[in-house]
This record gives sequence, C-alpha cells and structure tokens, in this order.
Amino acid sequence: MTSTEMLTPVEEGTSFSSRVGAIARARETGIVLAIAIVIIVTTIKNPTFLFSLDGWRDLLLTPSILVVLAIGEAIVIITRNVDLSVGSVLGLSAYLTGTLFIKFQGIPILAVFLISIVFGALLGLINGALVAFARVPALVITLGTLYAYRGIDVAWAGASLINASDLPPDFLALGTKTILTIPVLTIIALIVLIIGAWYMKNTRGGREFYAIGSDPAAAELYGLAVTKRVLSAFVVSGAAAGLAGVLYAARYGTVNSQAGLGFELDAVAAAVIGGVAIFGGSGTLWGAAFGAVLLLTINRALPVLGVPDFWQRAVVGVLIIGAIVLDRILALRQSRKLIEARDTAPAVVEMPVGAAEERGEGEEGDRG
Amino acid sequence: MGSAPAEGTPTVGLRDVSKAFGQVIALRSGSLALYPGSIHALVGENGAGKSTLVKIMAGLYQRDSGTFEMEGQPVDFKTTAEAKAAGIAVIYQEPTLFPDLSVTENVFMGRQPVGRFRRIDRKAMRAEVRGLMERLGVRIDGDRPAEGLSIADQQIIEIAKAISLDAKVMIMDEPTAALSGVEVERLFAVARSLRDEGRALMFISHRFDEVFALCDTITVMRDGAYISTDAVAATDVPQIVRRMVGRDVNDLFPKQEAKIGDPLLVVEGLNMPGVFHDISLNVRSGEIVGLAGLVGAGRSEVARAIFGVDPYEAGSVTIGGTAVPARDPSAAMGLGLALVPEDRRKQGLVIDATVSQNITAAIRDSLSKLGLITTGAENDAARVWASRLEVKTRALDAVAGTLSGGNQQKVVLAKWLATTPKVLIIDEPTRGIDVGTKAEVHRMMSELAGQGLGILMISSELPEVLGMADRVYVMREGRITAELDRDEANSESVMFAATHATEAAA
Repeated sequence: MTSTEMLTPVEEGTSFSSRVGAIARARETGIVLAIAIVIIVTTIKNPTFLFSLDGWRDLLLTPSILVVLAIGEAIVIITRNVDLSVGSVLGLSAYLTGTLFIKFQGIPILAVFLISIVFGALLGLINGALVAFARVPALVITLGTLYAYRGIDVAWAGASLINASDLPPDFLALGTKTILTIPVLTIIALIVLIIGAWYMKNTRGGREFYAIGSDPAAAELYGLAVTKRVLSAFVVSGAAAGLAGVLYAARYGTVNSQAGLGFELDAVAAAVIGGVAIFGGSGTLWGAAFGAVLLLTINRALPVLGVPDFWQRAVVGVLIIGAIVLDRILALRQSRKLIEARDTAPAVVEMPVGAAEERGEGEEGDRG
Repeated sequence: MGSAPAEGTPTVGLRDVSKAFGQVIALRSGSLALYPGSIHALVGENGAGKSTLVKIMAGLYQRDSGTFEMEGQPVDFKTTAEAKAAGIAVIYQEPTLFPDLSVTENVFMGRQPVGRFRRIDRKAMRAEVRGLMERLGVRIDGDRPAEGLSIADQQIIEIAKAISLDAKVMIMDEPTAALSGVEVERLFAVARSLRDEGRALMFISHRFDEVFALCDTITVMRDGAYISTDAVAATDVPQIVRRMVGRDVNDLFPKQEAKIGDPLLVVEGLNMPGVFHDISLNVRSGEIVGLAGLVGAGRSEVARAIFGVDPYEAGSVTIGGTAVPARDPSAAMGLGLALVPEDRRKQGLVIDATVSQNITAAIRDSLSKLGLITTGAENDAARVWASRLEVKTRALDAVAGTLSGGNQQKVVLAKWLATTPKVLIIDEPTRGIDVGTKAEVHRMMSELAGQGLGILMISSELPEVLGMADRVYVMREGRITAELDRDEANSESVMFAATHATEAAA
C-alpha cells in the first residue's frame, strides 16, 4: 500500500464532502426558488400580487408572525422534541397584551413587549420542565398544554373581545407601519431570525442543540447539559410565541379567546418544509423561516391562481409530505454515498498531506 | 501474585469497587491503580467487569461501594462532565459520535474555542483538527459529517478528542479491535508519546501480542473481581490466560453428544455493503454451531439478515433445500427458522404482557378460532412449554417483566420452540444471566440439538462457545475469518481469528 495508490480515493472523498455541502446549501436554495416561482407565476396572473404597495407589503407582512413562531419551533425540533403549544401561548400572550393596555392606560409599548415575552417564556418553562425532568415525550406534554393553555385563555377571556379601539394608536401603527417600504413586523421578525440563526450556528449552546438532537445518548456521554438545553429550547420557543402574540395584537387589533388557533401546526409545517429534520439534529432557522414564507405565500397565491378553496389545504399537505419525502431521499442518498466512500477510501495514508483546503467561513461542515 | 511495579501516588486508584444492576452483579470487587507515564493493560473475558469499571471511572455509573481516588484525593463523579473536567478521557469500544455534525464539531462539542461575543472560532477548530489528524497520521476530512464513518475512523476521532482535551488519564476500551495493522502501529506510536508526556494510559484489549508490545503493567479481572497486577516483563501469555479463564472450560457446560445429520440451514455468499461481506455458513441437524467474534463484528446483523428482518444485497439462504425469501420473517418462520434475539427486553419479550401471552406470541394464528384467542387456549399451549423449559413463575398470567433474567430468557426460548422450528438462531443466549441458570440454558440447548434441531449460537463468551459448539465460525469486521472444528477451537485460535485480519480479508 503506497501513498500514491491511496491518493485517488481520498481525493474523491474530499470532492464528495463538498458535494454534501452543495446538497445542504441546495436545501435552502430550493425553498427560496420555490418561493420565487410561486411569486412569479402569481404575479404574471395578477401583477398587483407583487407590483403594488399593498401587494409588496402583504408579501412581507403576512408571514412575519409565523416566521417568529417557526424560529422557536425549529429550535425545539432540532433538539428532537416538538412544541405543540405555541398557538395557545400566542393566544394567551395576545390577550395579555390587550389586557395590559386596557388595565394600565399609558403603559409603555416596550414594557408590554417585555411582559408578554417573559410570560410566553414562563409558559415555555412549564413545557420544558415537564419534558426535561418528568422525561415524558414532548409530543404528549405539549399536546396537553395546547389544550390547557387554550382552556385558560377561554376561561380568562370568556366571550369578551379586545378591539382595536382598546389599543393605543401607536401600538396599532406598528402592525401596519413600514420603514423604507418594509413593514416593522417584518423587521422585528428578521432581527429575531438573524440573532437566532447566528446563535444556533456560532455558539456552543447553539451547536449543543444540534448535538442533543443528533444523538441524545451521545450527548449524555459527552457530558453536555442535556436537561438544561432542552429546557432552554422550550423557554425560547415560549418566548418566541409570546412575542408573536404581541405582534398578532398589533397586526389584527382584535383579539378573542380563539387567537392563534391551529398556528402550532403551521409552525411545525414551516420548520419541516424548511428542512428541519423532524428527528432533530439538522436544519437551520433560515430554512424554517423560508418554510413559513413559502407556506403562507402559497396560501395567498392559490386563490389568485383560481385554485378552489377546497384544494388549498390539500396543496399545503402535498407540500409537507413532499418536503419530508425529499429529505428522506436526500438522507438515504447521502448515507449510501458516505458508506461507499468509506468502503473505497482507506482512512490512513503514509504521509499526512494538508488536503482539506482552507474554506470560506460560510461553508462549514454543518449540514442544512 | 505480583505487586504493582510503579511507585508513588497513582493518578487514578480504585479499590474494592462494586456495582450491581438490580439482581445482576456487574462488578464485585474491582481494583486498579494507574500511574503517570505508564501504559496499563486491563484484561479479562467478556463479562469480567472491565467495561463496568471503565464506566465508573468515566462518571457514567456510580459505584455501590469501594474507594475511588485521583492523585490521592477521593473523587465521586456524578456525571461524565465531572470526570472529563478531572482529566479522564474514555475511548469506548463503540464510539458515540453525533452523526449529523461534522468531524470537527464532534471533536470539540461542549468546549469549542470561542472568540468575541462567545462566537465559536471555526478556523482555530479546523486548524487544531488538522494538526490532530496529522499527529495521528490519518486523513479524515474535518468538514465531513460523522455519519457513515467506519468504526476505525470513529475511534480515531475519539482519540483525537481525548488528545485535544489534554487528558491526564486516557482509557481505551479495545481501541484496536477494528483497526488494521498500520493503524494499530500508528496508534501505538501516539500512545507511547502520550505516555512519555507523563499521562496515565489504560488499554483494554484481547490481543495479547499488542498488550505485551505496548503495556508495562497488566491487571487481570475475572467474574467481576480483581485477580492480579504484574509488570508485563514478569509474566507471560499462558499465565495471564490461566488467570483470565480460571476454570476448566469443559466442566461448566454439559454438552451432550448428538448425532449430526444433513445440513439444515445453508447460507451462501450473503452480502450487505458496509455491514457484512460474503457470509457463507451451514448448520446441520443435531449440531450447535458457534458464531464467535468481538462485539460489533456483524454477527447479529448476519442473524437478522438470515431471518429476514434486515435486507441483504446478494447471496442465498436455504432451509432443508428450500430457499428462504429475503426480508420476509414470517416466511422464514414458516420454513422452520426461529431467532432468539440478543436484547430480549427490547426485541424478544413483551415486558408488560403475561408469560402465557409471550410464549404463545409466535403461534397466535394457529391458536385462534375465527380470529379470536381465548385465554384458556393460550394457557394450555403455554403450560406445555413453560413446564418443559422449567420456567419459574408464580403463574402463567404473571407479567413477564417481573421474572428474573434467566426465566425471561426461557420464556423467549419457549415462544420460539412453540413454533416447532428446525433451526434455532440464538443471539447471546446467556447474557446477563446468573451462572446457575446459564448452565440450565446450556443443558436445554444441548437437549434440543439432541432432538435433531440445528442451532446457530452467537456468543461473545469464549467459554460458552468452546464448551457448547460442535463447530465455530469466527467473524471479524463483517467477514468470516475462520471455521474451526471442535478440536481445533481453543481460546487462542478463536481470539486470533476474531482480532486479526486474514490475508484474504485485508
């Protein structure tokens, strides 16, 4: 076994791993492409879909709240858990927002934001504590709190309604105001997204979320603080839902006990469509956010395209299943490639050679 | 017996450490002292308690009794993180990496170098991994995901991790089991240089040539207890083997002579890339065939493929001349094949169901009338097998999970025998079973063979293989490396085949 004999397969191995990177990048590129196609096709049919002030604003504004929810949901799913209570948390937080403005006239808007976010985080803490300490699957726990939180909302709000007239005009303006044609809500969602995505990619805590979701048993062996991380994922998800509740109140002005009903499924769907693996360990917050945009943009595009109401939900379903099947195919293809690479390429060479060229910061080995 | 050659305060010292899991005693009395600048070998059969001792040092298990000191100070690790922080790095037999994350991330998980805003310094990480891989003399792309790496590569990454941790104590649990000759040499060079830096190394291995080439001190364990510690120079292989086995192998297992007839199960050229390669074997009626090898050699995978649970790409399986279709366990059962899996709690037994439900689980169809099964029919069928195998249970409707390990194993066995199989594949028949029940399970297998059954027995316990099997196949890294007759098979020949690549397989 000489070094020259072995160089060839190793060379293949390197080009292969860059191909893996290419597939990973393609995952998000694919969604952006899908969004672009939907927008272009719909705009051709009806130019005001994009080329009007309202069209442009709706395009950005509509997904903003779901983007915030999907970010929190994606973090939880990356740790191999799921949070089904986000819709109910959003509802409670939105109602709390309205109540705060009614009970405490002149309360600063920033204070309301903070209180509602902390409130959402506390509800998330309850989820997280039950999952992390009681070791009950998150699916069951958050299905329970989905109903429990909604029940509290109904008991609290009853038949009463918070109207736009109850809310300060400055707050309502947030829901419609734009800066350089970009809605404020979208800017808030973007800031949350950028901070969250940066954290997930560049910090120890963020990478540990991935590690825990990738192999929980290995995470224990590594001595990672699994309980603490899982708990914090749920707290973040709760806080995101709390923020989304405030944004909901600002956007719609009307809040009843049914606010945010069913949003949890949209949030999970957005994450899955965006390439966050439902078994954890891979995917990005950017993907989840793009998933949210695609989901809601398609929802708005279908009526314009003349697709009957009837079929719109089915299209969303096809989208979700398609995304999961695509992920599965990509994963199978990759693991086959990786095994082939292992069978053909020996790990040991006679002379260590600096083979892996220094690559740009943007293309590290984390997939997705 | 000899005393430890090194002097001064050991980096790690354990004395009379014990650990039990429920009724199963994994470690009765483990003692060990690791000194700086020394490579210490820990040897013993499978089940001697080596891995349990390692896991106690790693902070994964907490000892029930005994003392545990580091550099003279008593320590009590509650978590792996505490052990790691104290400077103990363990490279496990089966490495546990995060498949979705890159090699580099795996090396640094939980302790990545951070810069401003606590941002992970990927450049520094990459550079260090490159340095580590060069030092280890391997070329693994630090950016590729850990998924799909061979066990050898995964171990290299574990070693890289331990080096980058700057661990005071490095424990390697059979690190060479999956490495080729070149890889082993390189590992040894690294180990020696780490020793010369003043670290304490411990090395668990079944390969005596390696133990004697690398280590300076050797500790023997048997049946969960410390036996001896000697300077390697002051002992030799036969002495160590005697202490490891410690008893006459043939006494323990009452193997009856059975009339060996025609081949029942014939497997030819079974192949599944990445799992096993070119597996050909046969089992004749009345014969007990051992399938030996180290953990992770692919034995259970072969059994699962033969039974049709897992797929295979090429090859054939026949029973009594009839082809067994791939990926169809019920067809395999219909042709008279039965598989008693390794992990009975997970795969063999419905823990929450009753004893009689478990025993009749595989013959439900024949018991049912118009699709309904009565408890009476169930109990009648179960009673026959429970009494034949002497299952000790309060009642047939007792929950299976409440039975002892040995009796659970008998229930699983009864379940499969109720299908009246021609060939029984049994994976680790006596794992986690106390010595008395062990002999009973062996007697039973021997009787079944006497009745003309063909038995393929997968076992990691050498005495069991040598005592029970008429013929032994040995696997290593997914390939059969030897076929030995009863008179050819001894601990050396089996261990040699289990640990050394043959020329053809290299």
